[in-house]
Amino acid sequence: MSARSVAIVATGGANIASLSYALERLGVRATLAADPATIRDASHVILPGVGAAGDAMRRLRASGLDRVITQLPQPVLGICLGMQLLFDASAEGPATCLGILPGRVERLDAGPDRPVPHIGWNTLEPRAASPLLEGLRAGDRAYFVHSFAAPVADATIATTTYGTPFSACVQRDRFFGVQFHPERSAAVGARVLANFLGVD
Amino acid sequence: MRFRDHRDVGDILELAGRYRDEGADELVFYDIGASPDGRTVDRGWVERVARRLDIPFCVAGGIRSVADAEAVLAAGAEKISVNSPALEEPGLIDALARRFGSQCVVVGIDSETADGDYRVQQYTGDPRRSRDAARRTLDWIREAVERGAGEIVLNCMASDGVRRGYDIAQLRAARAVCAVPLVASGGAGAIAHFADVFRDARVDAALAASVFHSGQIAIPALKAELAAQGIEVRLG
Repeated sequence: MSARSVAIVATGGANIASLSYALERLGVRATLAADPATIRDASHVILPGVGAAGDAMRRLRASGLDRVITQLPQPVLGICLGMQLLFDASAEGPATCLGILPGRVERLDAGPDRPVPHIGWNTLEPRAASPLLEGLRAGDRAYFVHSFAAPVADATIATTTYGTPFSACVQRDRFFGVQFHPERSAAVGARVLANFLGVD
Repeated sequence: MRFRDHRDVGDILELAGRYRDEGADELVFYDIGASPDGRTVDRGWVERVARRLDIPFCVAGGIRSVADAEAVLAAGAEKISVNSPALEEPGLIDALARRFGSQCVVVGIDSETADGDYRVQQYTGDPRRSRDAARRTLDWIREAVERGAGEIVLNCMASDGVRRGYDIAQLRAARAVCAVPLVASGGAGAIAHFADVFRDARVDAALAASVFHSGQIAIPALKAELAAQGIEVRLG
């Protein structure tokens, strides 16, 4: 496999460390990048996410990275909030997002047996073939921590259900997204990250 | 996983790795002497744990400020848990939630049953300083959630270390007022106790320490039995 250089887009969150360590465990050293040149030069780009959609989009726009990301030809993976930012908009804020995927991210519906934020290991139900899901089986579990989620749409390649089904994994061309945290999802998460890094 | 300050980090890493391999869904690291001693958590081991673990973990003990929390999260912890410092300054919960988001802010509560009510205890890491925090447990749960706590760990002290089961009545009362994930703590002594607390108190997670440390309950056997009883768990 050709040398991979992974750029993690600096979106201002505190917990980039666990993602870097997960990539290290796969033998890949990632660079935290806020400048367009480093991001454009990377073989793979990861858009992580913690915090609120509005804040993250403000930071991306302030540095011009919103346009850089939408035009990247290489594989891009959005994680958690990073995946939500790929959509047109989010109810969190509300915020206008990157518009790479059609649709609007909505707040999870709380219920008596369904507290929000949703924190836990949920099953993945594949819905369409994708290199990102290679080697995963229906019912494999991944670790979710979130209060907002993207509805099931054309780009949805795997769903999970918390009250109602929502997008667990999405793909459109070379833009990928996962609502869960692969860096904290044990072997399943490591496989998803390795799959992403294997996309040329 | 409870430890005093000078326990060898190598032990902690090894134990953490073992629990991960056995299928623990999350680990909580308590530095229980930190708050009574006015110390903050030593960050070196947080980073070493984060490099090794690929499941979520939470660090509790000695987090007194946004800066303390930032250092622990930047070192790779998923969540931080505050207990006594939040009782001293409840605004800390708001500040942490604003800065990092509710999803990584856990409020730990030590609770005693007294005069037919549940009451919060403070500085429980040191028997000489442990005292009543002058708050009702259920009120404090509501307040913590309103201020932005994303998860509550309720440690029922009368049950803690006794291994006679979780305090179902108290946890059920807590469940009724807790709009965020609720974690049961204190009292696990048998596999049946875990099944009871999930079924009867509808908690989102159950925490235990001594039964795992002693080897009395093996995590794979525990999860297999819970699954057999129709309780949803992650199997390896």
